[in-house]
Amino acid sequence: MREVAIVGVSMIKFGRYPDRDFSQLAAQAGLDALKDAGAQMKDIQALYSGNLYATSGSGQRVLQQMGQTGIPVVNVANACATGSTALREAFFAVASGAYDMVMAVGSEQMGKQGLLGSRGDPATSLEGRVGSYMMPAVFGMAGMEHAREYGTQTEHFALASVKNHWHSTMNPLAQYQKESPLDEVMNARMIAYPNTLLMCCPTGDGAAAAVVCSMEKARQFTTQPIKIAASVLTSDPFVDRGLTLPDINTLTRNAAKIAYEQSGIGPEDLSQVELHDCFATAELLHYENLGLCGDGEAGKHVASGAPWIGNKVPAKYQEDVEPFADKTYKPKSKAVVNASGGLLSKGHPLGATGVANVAEIVWHLRGQAGDRQVENSKAGLAHVIGLCSACTIHILTK
Amino acid sequence: MAEKAATAPETRPLVPHLTLGETREQDYLNGSRCKNCNTLYVGPRLFCGKCSAQGPFESVRLASEGEVHVWTIIHQATPYVQAPYIAAIIDLKGGGSVNTNIVGIDPLPENLKFGMKVKMFTEKVSEDREGNSYVAYRFKPA
Repeated sequence: MREVAIVGVSMIKFGRYPDRDFSQLAAQAGLDALKDAGAQMKDIQALYSGNLYATSGSGQRVLQQMGQTGIPVVNVANACATGSTALREAFFAVASGAYDMVMAVGSEQMGKQGLLGSRGDPATSLEGRVGSYMMPAVFGMAGMEHAREYGTQTEHFALASVKNHWHSTMNPLAQYQKESPLDEVMNARMIAYPNTLLMCCPTGDGAAAAVVCSMEKARQFTTQPIKIAASVLTSDPFVDRGLTLPDINTLTRNAAKIAYEQSGIGPEDLSQVELHDCFATAELLHYENLGLCGDGEAGKHVASGAPWIGNKVPAKYQEDVEPFADKTYKPKSKAVVNASGGLLSKGHPLGATGVANVAEIVWHLRGQAGDRQVENSKAGLAHVIGLCSACTIHILTK
Repeated sequence: MAEKAATAPETRPLVPHLTLGETREQDYLNGSRCKNCNTLYVGPRLFCGKCSAQGPFESVRLASEGEVHVWTIIHQATPYVQAPYIAAIIDLKGGGSVNTNIVGIDPLPENLKFGMKVKMFTEKVSEDREGNSYVAYRFKPA
């Protein structure tokens, strides 16, 4: 396998585009990524298109918008890890030597569809009659498992929202750019205990794209190629209770272990992480799953300031964090987490998310992330998880 | 098709892991145990997701008593379900875990404890256009 680089990335601002078709959103992202790379449609030898709701022919429809060059198209659907799985296919296509330059595009048009998993036949739906199967329930219970094991308080989880919402004020491409102090997060409408509305990511529309090529080819386009140091995909292994309560932890731990081995980079070497904070509870679980802190330390980790931009809690939130901080705690990793604002603020158009996370890391590694730039970023990790269940991890380096 | 139209409405379990008896008191949760690796599943299985055996499976009757592993309270629900309600994962006595609702207590965090003892019961929860009734299992504090 040869070295693979990313030479162009883009994402459109996530939000609501009722007057556009998903293929137009994707084409916008694709053409912007080409421009970013200094490449043209004729340079792209294959397209990997991630889209969950328009799976059949999604990529061909994108090409109908941005350039019908007749190249092979692979359409990818893999739950919330759809976009990142498309990127991984692009990675392998180049790493194997089959192609020199390809594109991964992720897109989704969700509209205002409300809660994921809430639809069904009123007569035979299980929801509320044999438990709950909606994503808020799953991630509420996943957080409660952590609370059961380690005594984690709702405030610990809520601090992830305070942090990510603050980060989002520095990201013009985020769907929401609104700060929320701890009391506002805690007092927001309850969705599924312990996650309030401000601890849940929004639905929305969006697209992101990446131009992927061999390292050799990359040097013809840029002096700043970003290396894909690891590209990993796992599914959920058998665990007790796993068929009843989806296990979001084991497959992430497995993916992290492989990614760290593949790249030779450990959690202590990471400048930043974009992880799958679909709910605030999930962010804390993934600190531990990705090895950013020890098991049971996630609450202390978020309160330590380590995952905040600048590696410290800004003065305005000191008072919020103080009661939950442990002054003796030494963070294992100082990786800033979700500088983009995370899914909690940036939004989560399913198919677009996995490519957008990678675009964010690329911008930081290039020093192009504006006000939210993580200083001297050298290595970043992008993590996505979709139920039931797929997990991708990409590690990128300069 | 004519045969179908003549069929009298049925009482059906809402999920395959619920076995209905003559009366609601006789309903029980069913499971299956892989005879190759001994893994216990809730509901019927054709293949084993752990050891890949193509059976055989031994049908087992699961306990009606269990303990709360984790819980949540759903406030934002589907239109045809009254919120808030409690959703929980129950570890059954003797093995098997089920997703369920706990009723008989107010859906408030202070009323719920990890490890609290609960007991299953069944009741009709819905009816389709053909008049068929659906029975679901729920749990209440033991």
